[in-house]
Amino acid sequence: MNPADDALDALVRARGLACRRAGRDVFSDLSLAVDRGGALLLRGPNGSGKSSLLRTLAGLLEPAAGESHVAPAADGSPGLHYVGHGDPAKPTLSVEENLAFAAALGGGGGDVEAGLRAFALVRLADTPARYLSSGQRRRLSLARLVVSHKAVWLLDEPGVGLDKTNRDRLQAAIADHRRKGGAVIAATHGDVAIADAAVLDFGR
Amino acid sequence: MRAAAALLAHELRLAVRSGGEMAQGLVFFMLALALFPLGVGPGPVILERIGVGLIWVLALFSVTLTLERLYAEDARDGTLDLLATSGVAFELVALVKAVAHWLTSGLVLVLCSPLVVLLLGLPREAYVAVPVVLLLGTPTLTLIGGIGAALLVGSRRGGLLLALIVLPLEIPVLIFGVSAIEGWVSGLGASAQVMILGAMLLGTLALAPFATAAALRLALE
Repeated sequence: MNPADDALDALVRARGLACRRAGRDVFSDLSLAVDRGGALLLRGPNGSGKSSLLRTLAGLLEPAAGESHVAPAADGSPGLHYVGHGDPAKPTLSVEENLAFAAALGGGGGDVEAGLRAFALVRLADTPARYLSSGQRRRLSLARLVVSHKAVWLLDEPGVGLDKTNRDRLQAAIADHRRKGGAVIAATHGDVAIADAAVLDFGR
Repeated sequence: MRAAAALLAHELRLAVRSGGEMAQGLVFFMLALALFPLGVGPGPVILERIGVGLIWVLALFSVTLTLERLYAEDARDGTLDLLATSGVAFELVALVKAVAHWLTSGLVLVLCSPLVVLLLGLPREAYVAVPVVLLLGTPTLTLIGGIGAALLVGSRRGGLLLALIVLPLEIPVLIFGVSAIEGWVSGLGASAQVMILGAMLLGTLALAPFATAAALRLALE
């Protein structure tokens, strides 16, 4: 297979992406491709454009130039799940209800139980989210990844606020997702290790 | 469509769980109306004269009061990102959120309005006229207000600004709403005003979701 076919087959690909924020060029002419089972780590100092790239790939930011494409899910909905800095947990809903909403948004096929188990939230399933610590809220956000059942995970600093045990759970979830043919693009400062991931360094 | 139904159920559940926020608009509406007779004196002549206008002005404020949080919370905690990447069109999100907001604000006012008619001592015809006209007018208030709420996502203390943006746009509803009830009660007929209110509802129903969605997309940037 030649490289061009390979790129067409990729779950995520971007060509010549550029991003301008507040009149400043954050990055330009950025191309990437991530295959099934692949992983890409975004590295770089604060403000170097990692989050902007993730939001552009998620379709939340309009690129100043270039194009990006994420393979859609089987039902035609976007084939990605984005975990940003916010934790969209509704304080009055229980952990399980919060996840059930994510599952329903993702088309209704999500497995809430699997999400609870992946981040050890089973014991907290009935707890209203307002009683969660920030680390637990983070785990709820990450559990949405498992529940929403999308092929591409876009993670912005996913390890923030997690202890060692839960960082291990996150790494296990990522490894499991890639084994099943999913792809992961993550911005980290090195607190989450992803085996044989490609690295895109913004810190040049 | 399944996702839209899930969003509606989610919004209604949130409104019921945080019952205090839902009651806020109603409590404001009822309290203010109960205070007015004390303020202007209990003479039925004055109350009958200003009653209808009072109901509409307070309905306007009551709906606007509860609109502020329509999108602000979702934008702050990242739910808006979640919705944007789920593939549900923002136009549909805007429509569903407006429906949910109206069910928990405007409709509640409609259901309580006969009590208000009694409280103000309005004529017998008003027991039908006030709920029917409010039923037709309050959804327009929510739809117009939704645009303002979406525009002000991310601004701190948007409440006053929201009132400044939204209230002028809602003046036509106020004018025709009052005129419809007065025409109905006095026996002069209100079909023209009712039709205009209906037209405003259909117009905003068709256009407001697009304007709201455009404002929400700006908020993501």
